[in-house]
Amino acid sequence: MKADTAAVAAGKLEKGGAVKKLLYSPRIAPYVFVLPFVLSFLIFFAYPVFSTIQMSFQEVLPGQTRFIGLDNYKNLLSASFYTALLNSSRYTFWTLVVLIPLPLVLAVFLNSALMKWSSFFRSALFIPSLTSVVVAGTVFRLVFGSLDESVMNGFRHLFGLPTINWLAGSGTAMFVLVVLASWRYIGVNIIYFLSALQSIPQELYEAAEIDGAGVWHKFWKVTLPLLKPVSIYVITISIYGGYSMFTESFILWNGNRSPNDIGLTVVGLLYREGIEKNNLGFGSAVGITLLVITMIINVIQLKSFGLFKKEE
Amino acid sequence: MIAKRKPLLPTVLLVVLFAVLAALALFPFYCLALASLKPSKELLRYGLNVKLQPELLSFRNYAFLFSASAKKYLDWYQNSLLISAVYTVCCLLLSSMVGYGLAMYRFFGRNVIFVLVLLVMMVPVEIIILPLYKQMIAFRLIDTFSGVILPFVVSPLPIFFFRQYAAGLPKDFLDAGRIDGCSEYGIFFRIMVPLMAPAFGAMAILQALASWNSFVWPLIVIKTGSKMTLPIGLASLVTPYGNNYDILIAGSVLAILPILLVFVFFQRYFVSGLTVGGVKG
Repeated sequence: MKADTAAVAAGKLEKGGAVKKLLYSPRIAPYVFVLPFVLSFLIFFAYPVFSTIQMSFQEVLPGQTRFIGLDNYKNLLSASFYTALLNSSRYTFWTLVVLIPLPLVLAVFLNSALMKWSSFFRSALFIPSLTSVVVAGTVFRLVFGSLDESVMNGFRHLFGLPTINWLAGSGTAMFVLVVLASWRYIGVNIIYFLSALQSIPQELYEAAEIDGAGVWHKFWKVTLPLLKPVSIYVITISIYGGYSMFTESFILWNGNRSPNDIGLTVVGLLYREGIEKNNLGFGSAVGITLLVITMIINVIQLKSFGLFKKEE
Repeated sequence: MIAKRKPLLPTVLLVVLFAVLAALALFPFYCLALASLKPSKELLRYGLNVKLQPELLSFRNYAFLFSASAKKYLDWYQNSLLISAVYTVCCLLLSSMVGYGLAMYRFFGRNVIFVLVLLVMMVPVEIIILPLYKQMIAFRLIDTFSGVILPFVVSPLPIFFFRQYAAGLPKDFLDAGRIDGCSEYGIFFRIMVPLMAPAFGAMAILQALASWNSFVWPLIVIKTGSKMTLPIGLASLVTPYGNNYDILIAGSVLAILPILLVFVFFQRYFVSGLTVGGVKG
């Protein structure tokens, strides 16, 4: 009897040991390592994505949901969605126009042998990106204030131009948003380009020089082509950043309510419908549309850069 | 000196150009600092200007931040510190595990998981904030710090970063550890984590910064004033019914301060954290 219990106990122990042994075996260990991601992916990504697709076909009311087919998407054909999409597109367009070529050229300058105090200037230009949008937006609100003595109006007076209310007109408001974005991200993009430039082997330039290439020629034939991968990366994140812009206009206009929606963005509309009006179905339809737009743009630009070739 | 003499004129032009740009980049900080030292009435009446007016300058706004009437500001600061610290520690632990697992082992499903990491990286978070909001209501995590931290604590970018870094480590350590009788987890924590110290440094800074500055998600999750983080607290001060400039401006300066200090000390890590993945693409 005693011996039996001992045997059972031993068996149990062995079983517990076996589980432990299995968990500790090199075959199972990798799954334990990646488990946090798998769990987080299923709970906080896959399910929400599935659920937002589902909600976009539903009218979601507290306590009950109703399938309404494509009605949410039909409602997208409204003035406010059109405004939001136009604003986000304009913003993305202008940030791309400013924030790709300018940092590229500045990075080339900073990397040049002629440059002095390069790392100081790099830091100075990078520091704005450390501030939160809330703080940056607050400063810009004040700098572009509507009063006579506000910084930018004071600056206009130097040229004999009248005071304007920057955040009341669509064009000037977009200008403020783009200046804010340029101020915040120029240093980051410079660093991306700079680190790509520093990885270009010097021999390439020496070879080009032997072939008689001038400064201009070296830039076009050596530098630019080798910057292609990093440029694609920067363009891609800029498009995502541009279309998901929200906080900037939230801060500039006291929270998502600009005059005539001049600062309304796609995510702003998603927030207004989904969180403020608790219309999760319509908000989800806005989100899905945003997803489709960013996907299409990225596929187009990746394709036009010929990046769909298989690479390791 | 045998070195080629640099032509002077282009150097001077470049330095002048960058001096102007640096001044423009730092100008808003000057405006903010100046405004924080002026009485808020002045700002309301004339707006933010660049006049020095030494007779108006004082540290009164800062003193106010530490007085009892601005208690909520100190609460926000505390909340932000706590959330950033917990988020950063958990995020680094979990994502270094995942990244290491993906880099060091060949196992069934490895490539699928890596593609999923890239997929999460590519989908804008804003798209899932509504279903996540619904989920947080269901999990009763609305208005809690866990609700702010949990959904994003396993984040794809650091996973990717740690994977890249771990892939560059010699696999010999793995075998050496096994021969010495170390378990797989022992190898990770005792051998690999110390080897990945620079990666931890870079990611700690970037993730802490991202958490310190994050806005949209905390704005959605947190409802109570005393539980707000610094950015949403500051944003709540800007209302159409009058601005609390005295807290807002001085509070903004203090919100930037820790980041600036970190930047001054750890510049290199900012750069290495930013450039991974982007350039090699």
